[in-house]
Amino acid sequence: MEESLAITWRRIPERYRLLGTRCITCNGNYFPPRKICPKCRRKGKIENVQFTGKGKIYSFTTIFAPPSGFELEAPYVFAIVELDEGVRVTAQLVDCREEDVKIGSIVRMVFRRIAEDSDEGLLHYGFKFALVR
Amino acid sequence: MIGIVGYGVYVPKYRIKPEEIARVWGEEGERIRKGLGIEEKSVPGIDEDAATLAVEAARNSMAMAGILPEKIGALLVGSESHPYAVKPTATIVAEAVGAGPNIMSADLEFACKAGTSGMQYCMGLVGAGMISYGMAIGTDTSQGRPGDALEYTAGAGAAAYIIGREKTECIAEILATCSYATDTPDFWRRQHAEFPSHGGRFTGIPAYFKHVIASTQLLFEKTNTTAKDYDYIVFHQPNGKFPLEAAKKMGIDEGKLKLGLVTPVIGNTYSGASIIGLANVLDSAKAGEKILVTSFGSGAGSDSFAIEVTDVIESKRGKSPKLADYLVHKEYLDYGLYVKHRKKLKSL
Ligand SMILES: [Zn+2]
Repeated sequence: MEESLAITWRRIPERYRLLGTRCITCNGNYFPPRKICPKCRRKGKIENVQFTGKGKIYSFTTIFAPPSGFELEAPYVFAIVELDEGVRVTAQLVDCREEDVKIGSIVRMVFRRIAEDSDEGLLHYGFKFALVR
Repeated sequence: MIGIVGYGVYVPKYRIKPEEIARVWGEEGERIRKGLGIEEKSVPGIDEDAATLAVEAARNSMAMAGILPEKIGALLVGSESHPYAVKPTATIVAEAVGAGPNIMSADLEFACKAGTSGMQYCMGLVGAGMISYGMAIGTDTSQGRPGDALEYTAGAGAAAYIIGREKTECIAEILATCSYATDTPDFWRRQHAEFPSHGGRFTGIPAYFKHVIASTQLLFEKTNTTAKDYDYIVFHQPNGKFPLEAAKKMGIDEGKLKLGLVTPVIGNTYSGASIIGLANVLDSAKAGEKILVTSFGSGAGSDSFAIEVTDVIESKRGKSPKLADYLVHKEYLDYGLYVKHRKKLKSL
């Protein structure tokens, strides 16, 4: 199913370069970005923060039966990455096989094509991760 | 001073050897490898295209330049494999590096020389004081028709150059530039065509050699220099042989081309080719050394640059990956996987 153009457009900064948010009251970092701090509620003050894109593998698995649109890429490694900012994100791990990956492996954000609506449709780009060797 | 404040390259991880392509088409692999001077060529990942390669190169150039993304006043992306026929690659790259929205941006196309065209436009904008920094990118994931001679050479890669004017920031000064262009029908691709068409042997003498030699000679005249004044020479490299032949025709020592000749190990990266070659030279060049670069784009034209490395290069080196870093971790594909990577089957 195609995502609405408005949603795609709104999420471009977070998807392209991991633009997250931080609460300056409690120093909590959030990704995906939040409008309200879940800890401080009304006392919180949220601002945008550019995450560095560096992190380490928290957990990972190999996807053999991918969702539609990802058939050509299977099998691929899918991981939960703990960013240096303390936030966990899930994303594909590119250019590697399961045996190359360990819990704690250092990774960095890379920019890849995520999906393609149809032959004449929009191309969706965003972050994935790659092992730092 | 107008010069380079940072540069970055990117080459995908995958490779295919000419012997493997030749095996499928019943050609003699070794003869082709030697004839074209190609050991292997780069192949993009399934989720990579000219825009993603451009972003990786751009991020590397930003890491070296050490400037805030909002300071970039212009971003020009040269490619002949822009992901969209209509919708700019430049805005995708700008957003991905956090540049803009107060930015001049556009996509350029001139076969293999759109990257150097972008560098010239950035020089003009910086020189005129319209912007402080401009980023020019050459990026391509070009395709050859299955079985065509181009299939052995068409690689994937990108290079990004940030042009600025502060003497304390420039790793190299661009001393001069000039161009030479004529309407020459050596290579083209129509709007909806999947693969390019070309003039076979016609791509040599009247196209590549004529323009590369004329533009280089124009630069010599303009700067009152000869090949002897340059430590390194980088020519556009559609294969491993043409640049060396061009040097021979001009009486230039082939040794000066060696460091900047990277097509034998990554293939012809089209808009990225001459400027990835330049990056490989800059990766190890010393202050005071002079580099001559001449690009070539079919259709046809060449841009030439006289560049002198400054001592700023020492303090900026190591902040971003070198070309050599992208040549270490590689994975070879057989022709079947290559077809899948390049989505060459209609049913894919
Ligand atoms: Zn808070």
